[in-house]
Amino acid sequence: MIEVSSLSRRYGSRDAVVDLSFRIPAGEIVGILGPNGAGKTTTLRMLTGYLPPTSGEARVAGHDVLTDSMRVRERIGYLPESVPLYRDLTVSSYLDLVATLKGMPRAGRRERIAEIVESCGLTEVFTRRIGALSRGYRQRTGLAQALVNDPDVLFLDEPTVGLDPRQIVEIRELIRGLAGRRTIMLSTHILPEVGHLCQRVLIIHRGRLISDGPPDQLQQQSGRTSSVEIEARGAGTAATAAVSEVAGVTGVEIIEERDGVVKLRVHPAAGADPREAIAQALAAAHVSLRSMTLSTATLEDVFMQLVTREEAP
Amino acid sequence: MKKITALYRRELSYYFQSPVAYAVTTLFLLLSGYFFYNLLGYFNLESMQAMQSPMQARMLSLTSSVLAPLFGNMSSVLLLMLPLLTMRLFSEERRSGSAELLFTYPVTDAQVILGKFLAAVTVHAVMLAMTIPFPALLYHFANPEPGPILSGYLGLFLMGVAFIAMGLFFSALSESQMVAGAMTFGCALLFLVIGWMTPFVGGASAAVLSQLSMVKHLDGMARGVIDTNDLIFYLNLTLFFLFMCARVLDSARWRS
Repeated sequence: MIEVSSLSRRYGSRDAVVDLSFRIPAGEIVGILGPNGAGKTTTLRMLTGYLPPTSGEARVAGHDVLTDSMRVRERIGYLPESVPLYRDLTVSSYLDLVATLKGMPRAGRRERIAEIVESCGLTEVFTRRIGALSRGYRQRTGLAQALVNDPDVLFLDEPTVGLDPRQIVEIRELIRGLAGRRTIMLSTHILPEVGHLCQRVLIIHRGRLISDGPPDQLQQQSGRTSSVEIEARGAGTAATAAVSEVAGVTGVEIIEERDGVVKLRVHPAAGADPREAIAQALAAAHVSLRSMTLSTATLEDVFMQLVTREEAP
Repeated sequence: MKKITALYRRELSYYFQSPVAYAVTTLFLLLSGYFFYNLLGYFNLESMQAMQSPMQARMLSLTSSVLAPLFGNMSSVLLLMLPLLTMRLFSEERRSGSAELLFTYPVTDAQVILGKFLAAVTVHAVMLAMTIPFPALLYHFANPEPGPILSGYLGLFLMGVAFIAMGLFFSALSESQMVAGAMTFGCALLFLVIGWMTPFVGGASAAVLSQLSMVKHLDGMARGVIDTNDLIFYLNLTLFFLFMCARVLDSARWRS
Protein backbone atom coordinates (compact mmCIF):
# COMPACT_ATOMS: atom_id res chain seq x y z
CA MET A 1 0.00 0.00 0.00
CA ILE A 2 2.94 2.29 0.72
CA GLU A 3 6.16 1.79 -1.19
CA VAL A 4 9.10 4.03 -0.49
CA SER A 5 12.47 3.72 -2.17
CA SER A 6 15.53 5.80 -1.31
CA LEU A 7 13.41 8.80 -0.42
CA SER A 8 15.40 11.89 0.59
CA ARG A 9 14.55 15.44 1.43
CA ARG A 10 16.87 18.37 2.04
CA TYR A 11 16.01 21.76 3.49
CA GLY A 12 18.69 23.98 2.07
CA SER A 13 21.90 22.31 3.22
CA ARG A 14 20.28 20.29 5.99
CA ASP A 15 19.27 16.69 5.38
CA ALA A 16 15.86 16.03 6.92
CA VAL A 17 15.33 12.55 5.50
CA VAL A 18 18.07 10.41 3.99
CA ASP A 19 17.63 7.41 1.73
CA LEU A 20 14.51 6.01 3.31
CA SER A 21 13.16 2.72 1.93
CA PHE A 22 10.36 0.52 3.18
CA ARG A 23 7.18 -1.23 2.05
CA ILE A 24 3.97 -1.39 4.00
CA PRO A 25 1.32 -3.90 2.94
CA ALA A 26 -2.39 -3.07 3.10
CA GLY A 27 -4.08 -3.23 6.48
CA GLU A 28 -0.99 -2.78 8.62
CA ILE A 29 -0.68 -0.27 11.46
CA VAL A 30 2.82 1.10 11.42
CA GLY A 31 4.42 3.49 13.89
CA ILE A 32 7.23 5.85 12.99
CA LEU A 33 9.27 6.43 16.06
CA GLY A 34 12.05 8.88 16.60
CA PRO A 35 13.25 11.75 18.74
CA ASN A 36 12.02 15.25 17.90
CA GLY A 37 13.47 16.48 14.64
CA ALA A 38 14.27 12.99 13.40
CA GLY A 39 12.34 13.48 10.15
CA LYS A 40 9.00 11.89 11.02
CA THR A 41 6.86 14.85 9.97
CA THR A 42 8.90 15.41 6.81
CA THR A 43 8.37 11.78 5.85
CA LEU A 44 4.61 12.03 6.37
CA ARG A 45 4.48 15.31 4.43
CA MET A 46 6.21 13.67 1.48
CA LEU A 47 3.89 10.68 1.54
CA THR A 48 0.81 12.91 1.62
CA GLY A 49 2.03 14.95 -1.36
CA TYR A 50 2.48 18.18 0.59
CA LEU A 51 6.25 18.24 0.20
CA PRO A 52 7.99 16.99 -2.93
CA PRO A 53 10.97 14.71 -2.19
CA THR A 54 14.42 15.92 -3.20
CA SER A 55 15.19 12.49 -4.58
CA GLY A 56 13.83 8.99 -4.47
CA GLU A 57 10.34 7.78 -5.05
CA ALA A 58 7.23 7.03 -3.06
CA ARG A 59 4.02 5.33 -4.09
CA VAL A 60 0.90 5.45 -1.97
CA ALA A 61 -2.19 3.40 -2.84
CA GLY A 62 -0.53 2.53 -6.12
CA HIS A 63 0.17 6.08 -7.33
CA ASP A 64 3.34 8.12 -7.36
CA VAL A 65 3.11 10.96 -4.82
CA LEU A 66 4.90 13.40 -7.10
CA THR A 67 3.57 12.72 -10.58
CA ASP A 68 0.12 11.47 -9.65
CA SER A 69 -0.47 13.56 -6.56
CA MET A 70 -4.20 14.14 -7.09
CA ARG A 71 -4.93 10.40 -7.26
CA VAL A 72 -2.96 9.84 -4.07
CA ARG A 73 -4.75 12.68 -2.29
CA GLU A 74 -8.12 11.15 -3.15
CA ARG A 75 -7.22 7.92 -1.39
CA ILE A 76 -5.62 9.22 1.79
CA GLY A 77 -6.57 10.93 5.02
CA TYR A 78 -4.07 13.08 6.89
CA LEU A 79 -4.00 14.60 10.34
CA PRO A 80 -1.07 17.02 10.78
CA GLU A 81 0.48 17.41 14.21
CA SER A 82 -0.85 20.92 14.87
CA VAL A 83 -4.44 19.93 13.90
CA PRO A 84 -4.88 23.06 11.75
CA LEU A 85 -8.66 23.25 11.32
CA TYR A 86 -10.68 26.30 10.35
CA ARG A 87 -11.64 27.60 13.77
CA ASP A 88 -14.38 29.92 12.55
CA LEU A 89 -16.46 27.04 11.13
CA THR A 90 -18.75 24.66 13.00
CA VAL A 91 -17.88 20.97 13.04
CA SER A 92 -20.83 20.38 10.74
CA SER A 93 -19.94 22.95 8.08
CA TYR A 94 -16.26 22.07 8.32
CA LEU A 95 -16.84 18.39 7.61
CA ASP A 96 -19.18 19.34 4.78
CA LEU A 97 -16.49 21.58 3.26
CA VAL A 98 -13.86 18.84 3.53
CA ALA A 99 -16.25 16.31 2.00
CA THR A 100 -16.76 18.59 -1.02
CA LEU A 101 -13.03 19.28 -1.36
CA LYS A 102 -12.34 15.56 -1.22
CA GLY A 103 -14.79 15.12 -4.08
CA MET A 104 -17.51 13.17 -2.29
CA PRO A 105 -20.74 13.05 -4.24
CA ARG A 106 -23.76 14.82 -2.71
CA ALA A 107 -25.71 11.59 -2.57
CA GLY A 108 -24.99 9.69 0.62
CA ARG A 109 -22.73 12.40 2.01
CA ARG A 110 -25.08 13.24 4.87
CA GLU A 111 -25.16 9.62 5.98
CA ARG A 112 -21.41 9.23 5.65
CA ILE A 113 -20.74 12.35 7.75
CA ALA A 114 -23.30 11.27 10.36
CA GLU A 115 -21.58 7.89 10.57
CA ILE A 116 -18.15 9.42 11.11
CA VAL A 117 -19.44 11.95 13.62
CA GLU A 118 -20.97 9.08 15.53
CA SER A 119 -17.86 6.91 15.48
CA CYS A 120 -15.56 9.81 16.43
CA GLY A 121 -17.84 10.78 19.31
CA LEU A 122 -18.60 14.25 17.96
CA THR A 123 -22.39 14.13 18.12
CA GLU A 124 -22.77 16.54 21.02
CA VAL A 125 -20.49 19.20 19.50
CA PHE A 126 -21.72 18.85 15.92
CA THR A 127 -23.11 22.39 15.73
CA ARG A 128 -20.39 24.07 17.78
CA ARG A 129 -17.61 26.27 16.40
CA ILE A 130 -14.29 24.43 16.18
CA GLY A 131 -12.48 27.33 17.85
CA ALA A 132 -14.63 26.82 20.96
CA LEU A 133 -13.89 23.11 21.30
CA SER A 134 -11.51 21.49 23.76
CA ARG A 135 -8.24 19.99 22.55
CA GLY A 136 -9.68 16.48 22.69
CA TYR A 137 -12.70 17.32 20.56
CA ARG A 138 -10.55 19.22 18.11
CA GLN A 139 -8.35 16.14 17.76
CA ARG A 140 -11.45 14.05 17.05
CA THR A 141 -12.64 16.57 14.50
CA GLY A 142 -9.21 16.35 12.91
CA LEU A 143 -9.55 12.60 12.79
CA ALA A 144 -13.06 12.92 11.36
CA GLN A 145 -11.89 15.17 8.51
CA ALA A 146 -9.17 12.64 7.67
CA LEU A 147 -11.77 9.86 7.54
CA VAL A 148 -14.47 11.67 5.60
CA ASN A 149 -13.51 10.25 2.20
CA ASP A 150 -13.18 6.70 3.57
CA PRO A 151 -9.44 6.64 2.82
CA ASP A 152 -7.38 3.53 2.15
CA VAL A 153 -4.37 5.01 3.89
CA LEU A 154 -4.41 7.13 7.00
CA PHE A 155 -1.45 9.30 8.06
CA LEU A 156 -1.53 10.55 11.63
CA ASP A 157 1.21 12.85 12.89
CA GLU A 158 1.49 12.63 16.68
CA PRO A 159 -2.21 11.92 17.13
CA THR A 160 -2.18 11.95 20.94
CA VAL A 161 0.16 14.84 21.64
CA GLY A 162 -1.27 17.46 24.01
CA LEU A 163 -4.14 15.32 25.25
CA ASP A 164 -4.88 14.33 28.83
CA PRO A 165 -4.48 10.65 29.81
CA ARG A 166 -8.18 9.87 29.45
CA GLN A 167 -8.34 11.46 26.00
CA ILE A 168 -5.19 9.61 24.97
CA VAL A 169 -6.85 6.31 25.79
CA GLU A 170 -9.98 7.35 23.87
CA ILE A 171 -8.08 8.40 20.78
CA ARG A 172 -6.06 5.19 20.86
CA GLU A 173 -9.25 3.18 21.07
CA LEU A 174 -10.60 5.14 18.13
CA ILE A 175 -7.48 4.47 16.05
CA ARG A 176 -7.51 0.81 16.95
CA GLY A 177 -11.12 0.68 15.83
CA LEU A 178 -10.13 2.05 12.42
CA ALA A 179 -7.65 -0.71 11.76
CA GLY A 180 -8.39 -3.70 9.63
CA ARG A 181 -9.02 -2.81 6.04
CA ARG A 182 -7.20 0.50 6.35
CA THR A 183 -3.45 1.04 6.35
CA ILE A 184 -2.46 3.40 9.12
CA MET A 185 0.85 5.14 9.56
CA LEU A 186 1.30 7.16 12.71
CA SER A 187 4.27 9.03 14.02
CA THR A 188 5.03 9.45 17.67
CA HIS A 189 7.82 10.02 20.11
CA ILE A 190 5.87 8.34 22.89
CA LEU A 191 7.11 4.76 23.05
CA PRO A 192 4.31 2.88 24.84
CA GLU A 193 1.93 4.14 22.18
CA VAL A 194 3.72 2.10 19.56
CA GLY A 195 3.53 -1.03 21.68
CA HIS A 196 -0.18 -0.44 22.19
CA LEU A 197 -1.18 0.27 18.63
CA CYS A 198 1.30 -0.90 16.06
CA GLN A 199 2.14 -4.20 14.46
CA ARG A 200 5.34 -2.77 13.13
CA VAL A 201 7.72 -0.01 14.13
CA LEU A 202 10.06 2.05 11.99
CA ILE A 203 12.65 3.89 14.04
CA ILE A 204 14.06 6.98 12.42
CA HIS A 205 17.01 8.86 13.75
CA ARG A 206 18.56 11.90 12.07
CA GLY A 207 16.56 11.20 8.94
CA ARG A 208 17.74 7.61 8.56
CA LEU A 209 15.85 4.39 9.12
CA ILE A 210 17.75 2.54 11.86
CA SER A 211 15.31 -0.22 12.68
CA ASP A 212 12.25 -1.90 11.21
CA GLY A 213 10.19 -4.70 12.73
CA PRO A 214 7.40 -5.68 15.11
CA PRO A 215 7.67 -4.14 18.60
CA ASP A 216 8.50 -7.44 20.35
CA GLN A 217 11.11 -8.41 17.79
CA LEU A 218 12.79 -5.08 18.40
CA GLN A 219 13.38 -6.03 22.00
CA GLN A 220 15.20 -9.18 21.01
CA GLN A 221 17.13 -7.29 18.38
CA SER A 222 18.53 -4.93 20.96
CA GLY A 223 20.29 -7.92 22.59
CA ARG A 224 18.94 -7.11 26.03
CA THR A 225 15.93 -9.31 26.49
CA SER A 226 15.20 -9.40 30.18
CA SER A 227 16.74 -9.68 33.61
CA VAL A 228 15.66 -11.11 36.97
CA GLU A 229 16.02 -9.04 40.10
CA ILE A 230 16.34 -10.89 43.37
CA GLU A 231 16.25 -9.75 46.96
CA ALA A 232 17.39 -12.31 49.53
CA ARG A 233 18.56 -12.53 53.14
CA GLY A 234 22.05 -14.04 53.39
CA ALA A 235 25.64 -13.41 52.36
CA GLY A 236 26.17 -11.88 48.92
CA THR A 237 28.96 -14.29 47.96
CA ALA A 238 26.94 -17.39 48.89
CA ALA A 239 23.91 -16.15 46.93
CA THR A 240 26.00 -15.26 43.88
CA ALA A 241 27.72 -18.62 43.90
CA ALA A 242 24.42 -20.48 44.17
CA VAL A 243 22.68 -18.56 41.42
CA SER A 244 25.54 -18.70 38.92
CA GLU A 245 25.44 -22.51 39.13
CA VAL A 246 21.89 -22.52 37.74
CA ALA A 247 21.49 -23.64 34.12
CA GLY A 248 20.39 -20.83 31.81
CA VAL A 249 22.07 -18.05 33.81
CA THR A 250 24.79 -16.18 31.97
CA GLY A 251 25.70 -13.56 34.54
CA VAL A 252 25.05 -12.36 38.06
CA GLU A 253 25.85 -9.02 39.62
CA ILE A 254 25.35 -7.63 43.09
CA ILE A 255 23.44 -4.37 43.08
CA GLU A 256 23.37 -3.73 46.79
CA GLU A 257 24.23 -5.48 50.06
CA ARG A 258 23.02 -3.98 53.33
CA ASP A 259 21.90 -5.23 56.77
CA GLY A 260 22.27 -8.85 55.70
CA VAL A 261 20.00 -8.37 52.71
CA VAL A 262 21.45 -8.70 49.21
CA LYS A 263 20.04 -7.53 45.90
CA LEU A 264 21.17 -9.32 42.77
CA ARG A 265 20.58 -8.85 39.08
CA VAL A 266 20.64 -12.09 37.08
CA HIS A 267 21.01 -12.16 33.31
CA PRO A 268 19.41 -15.24 31.81
CA ALA A 269 20.37 -16.68 28.45
CA ALA A 270 18.21 -15.60 25.51
CA GLY A 271 14.77 -17.20 25.73
CA ALA A 272 15.42 -18.83 29.10
CA ASP A 273 13.34 -18.24 32.23
CA PRO A 274 15.29 -19.80 35.14
CA ARG A 275 13.21 -18.32 37.98
CA GLU A 276 12.09 -21.58 39.59
CA ALA A 277 15.58 -23.04 39.36
CA ILE A 278 17.03 -19.94 41.00
CA ALA A 279 14.57 -20.21 43.90
CA GLN A 280 15.50 -23.85 44.49
CA ALA A 281 19.24 -23.12 44.26
CA LEU A 282 18.93 -20.32 46.81
CA ALA A 283 16.94 -22.53 49.18
CA ALA A 284 19.58 -25.27 48.88
CA ALA A 285 22.30 -22.73 49.78
CA HIS A 286 20.24 -21.62 52.84
CA VAL A 287 19.71 -18.14 51.49
CA SER A 288 16.11 -17.05 52.10
CA LEU A 289 14.43 -15.49 49.11
CA ARG A 290 12.43 -12.28 49.82
CA SER A 291 11.35 -11.29 46.32
CA MET A 292 12.05 -12.00 42.70
CA THR A 293 10.88 -10.00 39.63
CA LEU A 294 11.35 -10.51 35.94
CA SER A 295 11.83 -7.24 34.10
CA THR A 296 11.58 -7.18 30.34
CA ALA A 297 13.48 -4.56 28.37
CA THR A 298 11.09 -1.75 27.53
CA LEU A 299 10.89 -0.05 24.18
CA GLU A 300 12.60 2.90 25.87
CA ASP A 301 15.65 0.72 26.54
CA VAL A 302 15.65 -0.54 22.97
CA PHE A 303 15.19 2.89 21.58
CA MET A 304 17.93 4.46 23.68
CA GLN A 305 20.24 1.65 22.79
CA LEU A 306 19.62 1.89 19.07
CA VAL A 307 19.97 5.64 19.09
CA THR A 308 23.16 5.67 21.13
CA ARG A 309 24.64 2.84 19.07
CA GLU A 310 23.93 4.92 15.99
CA GLU A 311 25.57 7.98 17.47
CA ALA A 312 28.69 6.16 18.70
CA PRO A 313 30.18 5.71 15.13
CA MET B 1 -16.20 23.46 -10.29
CA LYS B 2 -17.94 22.16 -7.15
CA LYS B 3 -14.66 22.46 -5.29
CA ILE B 4 -14.17 26.07 -6.42
CA THR B 5 -17.71 26.87 -5.27
CA ALA B 6 -17.07 25.26 -1.88
CA LEU B 7 -13.86 27.24 -1.38
CA TYR B 8 -15.58 30.39 -2.62
CA ARG B 9 -18.45 30.00 -0.16
CA ARG B 10 -16.07 29.29 2.70
CA GLU B 11 -14.11 32.52 2.06
CA LEU B 12 -17.24 34.56 1.52
CA SER B 13 -18.79 33.32 4.74
CA TYR B 14 -15.57 34.22 6.53
CA TYR B 15 -15.75 37.77 5.17
CA PHE B 16 -19.34 38.25 6.26
CA GLN B 17 -19.11 36.43 9.59
CA SER B 18 -16.09 38.40 10.71
CA PRO B 19 -16.00 42.19 10.97
CA VAL B 20 -13.67 42.43 7.96
CA ALA B 21 -16.19 42.96 5.17
CA TYR B 22 -18.35 45.29 7.29
CA ALA B 23 -15.46 47.47 8.44
CA VAL B 24 -13.98 47.76 4.96
CA THR B 25 -17.33 48.46 3.30
CA THR B 26 -18.34 51.02 5.91
CA LEU B 27 -15.10 52.95 5.59
CA PHE B 28 -15.27 52.80 1.82
CA LEU B 29 -18.83 54.14 1.77
CA LEU B 30 -18.09 56.88 4.33
CA LEU B 31 -15.07 58.15 2.42
CA SER B 32 -16.73 57.87 -0.98
CA GLY B 33 -19.79 59.66 0.37
CA TYR B 34 -17.60 62.43 1.72
CA PHE B 35 -15.93 62.89 -1.68
CA PHE B 36 -19.30 62.81 -3.43
CA TYR B 37 -20.71 65.44 -1.07
CA ASN B 38 -17.76 67.77 -1.64
CA LEU B 39 -17.75 67.40 -5.40
CA LEU B 40 -21.45 68.08 -5.50
CA GLY B 41 -21.03 71.09 -3.22
CA TYR B 42 -18.41 72.59 -5.52
CA PHE B 43 -20.55 71.87 -8.52
CA ASN B 44 -23.38 73.70 -6.82
CA LEU B 45 -21.17 76.75 -6.23
CA GLU B 46 -19.98 76.73 -9.82
CA SER B 47 -23.57 76.51 -11.05
CA MET B 48 -24.48 79.59 -9.00
CA GLN B 49 -21.59 81.54 -10.51
CA ALA B 50 -22.47 80.28 -13.98
CA MET B 51 -25.85 81.94 -13.73
CA GLN B 52 -24.03 85.26 -14.28
CA SER B 53 -21.97 84.06 -17.24
CA PRO B 54 -23.48 81.99 -20.01
CA MET B 55 -19.99 81.13 -21.31
CA GLN B 56 -19.15 79.35 -18.09
CA ALA B 57 -22.54 77.67 -18.03
CA ARG B 58 -21.85 75.90 -21.27
CA MET B 59 -18.67 74.36 -19.84
CA LEU B 60 -20.49 72.88 -16.84
CA SER B 61 -21.14 69.16 -16.92
CA LEU B 62 -21.97 66.65 -14.22
CA THR B 63 -19.80 64.07 -15.96
CA SER B 64 -16.58 66.05 -15.93
CA SER B 65 -17.10 68.00 -12.70
CA VAL B 66 -18.64 65.36 -10.46
CA LEU B 67 -18.56 61.82 -11.86
CA ALA B 68 -15.07 61.66 -13.36
CA PRO B 69 -13.38 63.08 -10.24
CA LEU B 70 -15.60 60.92 -8.03
CA PHE B 71 -14.46 57.76 -9.78
CA GLY B 72 -10.87 58.97 -9.46
CA ASN B 73 -11.32 59.49 -5.72
CA MET B 74 -13.04 56.18 -5.27
CA SER B 75 -10.13 54.43 -6.95
CA SER B 76 -7.83 55.86 -4.26
CA VAL B 77 -10.15 54.63 -1.51
CA LEU B 78 -10.21 51.18 -3.12
CA LEU B 79 -6.43 51.25 -3.13
CA LEU B 80 -6.56 51.64 0.65
CA MET B 81 -9.31 49.11 1.30
CA LEU B 82 -8.72 46.16 -1.03
CA PRO B 83 -5.37 45.10 0.48
CA LEU B 84 -7.25 44.66 3.76
CA LEU B 85 -9.54 42.17 2.06
CA THR B 86 -6.83 40.16 0.33
CA MET B 87 -3.97 40.13 2.84
CA ARG B 88 -5.21 37.19 4.90
CA LEU B 89 -6.24 34.89 2.06
CA PHE B 90 -3.06 32.81 1.85
CA SER B 91 -1.00 34.28 4.70
CA GLU B 92 -3.46 33.00 7.27
CA GLU B 93 -3.57 29.51 5.76
CA ARG B 94 0.19 29.31 5.95
CA ARG B 95 0.53 30.86 9.40
CA SER B 96 -2.09 28.62 10.99
CA GLY B 97 -0.81 25.54 9.15
CA SER B 98 -4.17 24.83 7.51
CA ALA B 99 -2.39 25.06 4.15
CA GLU B 100 -0.90 21.67 5.01
CA LEU B 101 -4.38 20.15 5.05
CA LEU B 102 -5.74 22.18 2.16
CA PHE B 103 -2.90 21.13 -0.13
CA THR B 104 -3.23 17.46 0.73
CA TYR B 105 -6.89 17.45 -0.31
CA PRO B 106 -7.52 16.54 -3.93
CA VAL B 107 -7.82 20.17 -5.05
CA THR B 108 -5.49 21.91 -7.47
CA ASP B 109 -3.71 25.18 -6.69
CA ALA B 110 -5.73 26.82 -9.45
CA GLN B 111 -9.00 25.83 -7.79
CA VAL B 112 -7.86 27.26 -4.46
CA ILE B 113 -6.70 30.50 -6.07
CA LEU B 114 -9.92 30.93 -8.03
CA GLY B 115 -12.13 30.27 -5.02
CA LYS B 116 -10.36 32.88 -2.93
CA PHE B 117 -10.07 35.34 -5.80
CA LEU B 118 -13.77 35.18 -6.66
CA ALA B 119 -14.77 35.63 -3.01
CA ALA B 120 -12.73 38.84 -2.70
CA VAL B 121 -14.06 40.03 -6.07
CA THR B 122 -17.60 39.49 -4.78
CA VAL B 123 -17.02 41.64 -1.71
CA HIS B 124 -15.51 44.29 -3.98
CA ALA B 125 -18.54 44.17 -6.27
CA VAL B 126 -20.91 44.46 -3.29
CA MET B 127 -18.95 47.48 -2.09
CA LEU B 128 -19.26 49.20 -5.45
CA ALA B 129 -22.93 48.31 -5.76
CA MET B 130 -23.61 50.04 -2.47
CA THR B 131 -22.47 53.38 -3.95
CA ILE B 132 -25.28 53.29 -6.52
CA PRO B 133 -27.28 55.81 -4.42
CA PHE B 134 -24.76 58.49 -5.51
CA PRO B 135 -25.63 58.43 -9.23
CA ALA B 136 -29.25 57.71 -8.30
CA LEU B 137 -29.33 61.01 -6.39
CA LEU B 138 -27.95 62.79 -9.44
CA TYR B 139 -30.76 61.31 -11.50
CA HIS B 140 -33.27 62.56 -8.99
CA PHE B 141 -32.10 66.20 -9.20
CA ALA B 142 -30.52 66.43 -12.66
CA ASN B 143 -30.09 64.58 -15.86
CA PRO B 144 -26.62 63.04 -16.12
CA GLU B 145 -25.52 60.92 -19.07
CA PRO B 146 -25.91 57.18 -18.25
CA GLY B 147 -22.94 56.05 -20.42
CA PRO B 148 -20.08 57.51 -18.37
CA ILE B 149 -21.64 56.23 -15.15
CA LEU B 150 -21.74 52.66 -16.42
CA SER B 151 -18.29 52.79 -17.98
CA GLY B 152 -16.88 54.46 -14.87
CA TYR B 153 -18.18 51.65 -12.70
CA LEU B 154 -16.79 49.10 -15.12
CA GLY B 155 -13.39 50.80 -14.89
CA LEU B 156 -13.44 50.87 -11.10
CA PHE B 157 -14.52 47.25 -10.94
CA LEU B 158 -11.76 46.07 -13.28
CA MET B 159 -9.15 48.11 -11.45
CA GLY B 160 -10.25 46.60 -8.14
CA VAL B 161 -10.09 43.11 -9.63
CA ALA B 162 -6.49 43.77 -10.67
CA PHE B 163 -5.69 44.99 -7.13
CA ILE B 164 -7.22 41.82 -5.71
CA ALA B 165 -5.11 39.60 -7.96
CA MET B 166 -2.08 41.59 -6.83
CA GLY B 167 -3.11 41.15 -3.19
CA LEU B 168 -3.55 37.42 -3.62
CA PHE B 169 -0.04 37.16 -5.05
CA PHE B 170 1.54 39.02 -2.13
CA SER B 171 -0.54 37.04 0.34
CA ALA B 172 0.89 33.83 -1.08
CA LEU B 173 4.35 35.32 -0.74
CA SER B 174 4.30 36.05 2.97
CA GLU B 175 3.17 34.30 6.12
CA SER B 176 2.51 37.67 7.73
CA GLN B 177 -0.73 39.44 6.90
CA MET B 178 0.88 42.79 7.66
CA VAL B 179 3.69 42.23 5.20
CA ALA B 180 1.28 40.96 2.54
CA GLY B 181 -1.02 43.96 3.02
CA ALA B 182 1.79 46.50 3.01
CA MET B 183 3.36 45.05 -0.12
CA THR B 184 0.02 45.01 -1.94
CA PHE B 185 -0.62 48.59 -0.95
CA GLY B 186 2.84 49.72 -2.07
CA CYS B 187 2.66 47.89 -5.36
CA ALA B 188 -0.85 49.14 -6.15
CA LEU B 189 0.13 52.71 -5.26
CA LEU B 190 3.09 52.46 -7.60
CA PHE B 191 0.79 51.43 -10.43
CA LEU B 192 -1.43 54.39 -9.63
CA VAL B 193 1.30 57.06 -9.67
CA ILE B 194 3.76 55.61 -12.18
CA GLY B 195 2.39 57.91 -14.90
CA TRP B 196 3.63 61.00 -13.06
CA MET B 197 7.10 60.44 -14.45
CA THR B 198 6.10 60.59 -18.09
CA PRO B 199 6.48 64.38 -18.66
CA PHE B 200 10.21 64.42 -17.98
CA VAL B 201 11.46 60.94 -18.98
CA GLY B 202 10.27 61.26 -22.54
CA GLY B 203 10.70 58.87 -25.45
CA ALA B 204 9.88 55.21 -25.43
CA SER B 205 10.09 54.80 -21.64
CA ALA B 206 7.46 57.50 -21.22
CA ALA B 207 5.14 55.59 -23.52
CA VAL B 208 5.69 52.38 -21.57
CA LEU B 209 5.21 54.10 -18.21
CA SER B 210 2.03 55.82 -19.28
CA GLN B 211 0.66 52.47 -20.49
CA LEU B 212 1.36 51.00 -17.06
CA SER B 213 -0.49 53.77 -15.27
CA MET B 214 -3.75 52.73 -13.64
CA VAL B 215 -4.95 56.34 -13.67
CA LYS B 216 -4.56 56.68 -17.40
CA HIS B 217 -6.58 53.53 -18.03
CA LEU B 218 -9.29 54.56 -15.59
CA ASP B 219 -9.55 58.14 -16.87
CA GLY B 220 -11.01 57.26 -20.22
CA MET B 221 -13.66 55.01 -18.71
CA ALA B 222 -14.57 57.58 -16.08
CA ARG B 223 -15.38 59.94 -18.98
CA GLY B 224 -17.40 57.37 -20.84
CA VAL B 225 -14.81 56.01 -23.27
CA ILE B 226 -14.47 52.22 -23.28
CA ASP B 227 -11.23 51.42 -25.06
CA THR B 228 -10.18 47.79 -25.59
CA ASN B 229 -6.66 48.93 -24.71
CA ASP B 230 -7.85 49.73 -21.17
CA LEU B 231 -9.86 46.52 -20.84
CA ILE B 232 -6.93 44.41 -21.96
CA PHE B 233 -4.60 46.25 -19.61
CA TYR B 234 -6.67 45.35 -16.54
CA LEU B 235 -7.31 41.83 -17.75
CA ASN B 236 -3.60 41.25 -18.39
CA LEU B 237 -2.59 42.64 -15.04
CA THR B 238 -5.12 40.39 -13.29
CA LEU B 239 -4.06 37.27 -15.17
CA PHE B 240 -0.39 38.06 -14.65
CA PHE B 241 -0.73 38.27 -10.88
CA LEU B 242 -2.98 35.19 -10.66
CA PHE B 243 -0.41 33.27 -12.66
CA MET B 244 2.43 34.53 -10.46
CA CYS B 245 0.40 33.52 -7.42
CA ALA B 246 0.19 29.96 -8.74
CA ARG B 247 3.94 29.96 -9.34
CA VAL B 248 4.59 31.14 -5.79
CA LEU B 249 2.40 28.41 -4.29
CA ASP B 250 4.21 25.83 -6.36
CA SER B 251 7.70 27.03 -5.52
CA ALA B 252 6.91 27.45 -1.82
CA ARG B 253 6.51 23.69 -1.72
CA TRP B 254 10.04 23.12 -2.94
CA ARG B 255 11.63 25.73 -0.75
CA SER B 256 9.91 25.14 2.57
